Amino acid sequence: MMNPRNAYGEKLIELGKKHSNLVVLDADLSKSTKTIMFAKKYPKRFFEMGIAEANMISAAAGFASCGKIAFASTFAVFATGRVYDQIRMDVAYSRANVKIFATHGGISVGKDGASHQMIEDIALMRVLPNMTVLAPSDATQTGKIVELMAETEGPMYARVGRANAPIIYEKEYVNSIELGRGMIVEDGSDITLIACGTMVDPVMDAQKRLAKQGIHARVIDMHTIKPLDKKLVIKCAKETGAIITAEEHSIIGGLGSAVAETIAENNLSVKFKRMGIKDVFCESGDPKDLLEKYGLNENHIVKNVKNLLKD
Amino acid sequence: MERYDERAINKLEVTAVKIRKHIIEMLYKAGSGHPGGSLSAVDAIVALYFAHMTHNPKKPSDPNRDRFILSKGHAAPALYSVLAESGYFSVNELKNLREINCMLQGHPARLYTPGIEASTGSLGHGLSFANGVALAGKLDEKKYNVYVMLGDGETDEGQIWEAASSASNYKLDNLTAFIDRNFLQIDGNTEEVMRLESVRDRWESFGWHVIEIDGHDMEQILEALHEADNHKKTPSLIILNTVKGKGVSFMENNVDFHGVPPNEMEYNLAMGELDALQKKLEASN
Repeated sequence: MMNPRNAYGEKLIELGKKHSNLVVLDADLSKSTKTIMFAKKYPKRFFEMGIAEANMISAAAGFASCGKIAFASTFAVFATGRVYDQIRMDVAYSRANVKIFATHGGISVGKDGASHQMIEDIALMRVLPNMTVLAPSDATQTGKIVELMAETEGPMYARVGRANAPIIYEKEYVNSIELGRGMIVEDGSDITLIACGTMVDPVMDAQKRLAKQGIHARVIDMHTIKPLDKKLVIKCAKETGAIITAEEHSIIGGLGSAVAETIAENNLSVKFKRMGIKDVFCESGDPKDLLEKYGLNENHIVKNVKNLLKD
Repeated sequence: MERYDERAINKLEVTAVKIRKHIIEMLYKAGSGHPGGSLSAVDAIVALYFAHMTHNPKKPSDPNRDRFILSKGHAAPALYSVLAESGYFSVNELKNLREINCMLQGHPARLYTPGIEASTGSLGHGLSFANGVALAGKLDEKKYNVYVMLGDGETDEGQIWEAASSASNYKLDNLTAFIDRNFLQIDGNTEEVMRLESVRDRWESFGWHVIEIDGHDMEQILEALHEADNHKKTPSLIILNTVKGKGVSFMENNVDFHGVPPNEMEYNLAMGELDALQKKLEASN
């Protein structure tokens, strides 16, 4: 187990050494987002912006206009919804080299409740022209994604969850992580499970359980939601004939929608189901209980696979 | 008249009239846009580009350039005219304002137009953007200064005060903001729409050095800029007391010309007035 947030903090330090033009901004959450690790190592290049997220995003764009790689971090709910207009104008429309790295995405934030459970961020960022949208799954992938964000020009948004996450990728897989390329984590021919971020791990657990019951699911880690790896989606649709998407996000506008759009526009006839938050605000509670109540754990995945294949 | 040569001031005044003529011409041709706030902000922008800033129209990305950010993006015609007259692009482009396939968008767009630093038009962003530019300048130990033009109504926006805080917190003495204090916003007088006074007290309480001048007096503008550049440890705010629609009699202090272009008759009248003013200024030189 390792927290993807720590992977972010560690990678920032590494990148800070490599790129003298990398700056980091935070909005009074550096201990949680782990930008504090960079702040301690490179205090001159860390900018505490206080509880003023709009100012942080526009200022990050100002930095970018001076040739800086500007990382800006806070919780996903404040990093997107609260500052949508600033991201739209100063980052996306201006194609600024700003990297918004958000933590505490999804409902597994838990007890803080719906105010802090961001389930619309991927949708909000996905509709912005020029924006790359990322949701890495484990610490290894997060580290690599952060590196690719820093070293690829353009506006980008990435979100991770709050909790620790099991390691999915050993270090030797790092070089197979590319922006815009979904990763086949497990192969199978009966159905494809396409997940991102915090849902990759439960999908893998479900895959193992299904395998014991004779259902062989393919698992795709779709860390890049935009630009979507359409080729891979089409290939999986053709080869397995059934797709379930899983994300800790609204079923509207996120990974599930992106996959559905690809399927619909390519005349693919597949069985299809989106798993995500079903257009409701959730509530306070233990993350485990929330994921059970709102239908986003291993059990629900297994049940959905069986139901879909039964029809 | 001690520091500044009378002829140089006169030349700037003539340039400002030329810019006003461009604005009227552009807006008339475009059939939409914002005359009032473009005309009130002209003089300070002219002073910056033609007498104060270090900039090179042939190298708009020069890392050492002074930066100007038009946060009140609806005054784009004023900035576009100044950029064209400075040589960032051809004056012929001005006639295409707001047309399809044109570099001059209705509001400033960084990716479209040489010399435009920030995409604005949604109010309240520019001062924050300028914070980033000024912080980067400090980090890199660059000598450049950053100037921002805010509308007075624009300071209704909460983000302005986030930016006012951080500029003061980070002691951004390489940052100077103007407020185009013309007292009018779309729904009426600023004090009736959402009270701003005391503008000076507000900004001073945020830790800014405040200078207040006649925003149409070239010499006062240049002196204020000199003072602002030399003021250390805090950012500076120059309150430009201005007249919305300045230079065209029937547009002055007339809120109806906030976002409505002149019709043919108004266009002819306005150009007549500005031609006469230009001749008068040229004769006095």
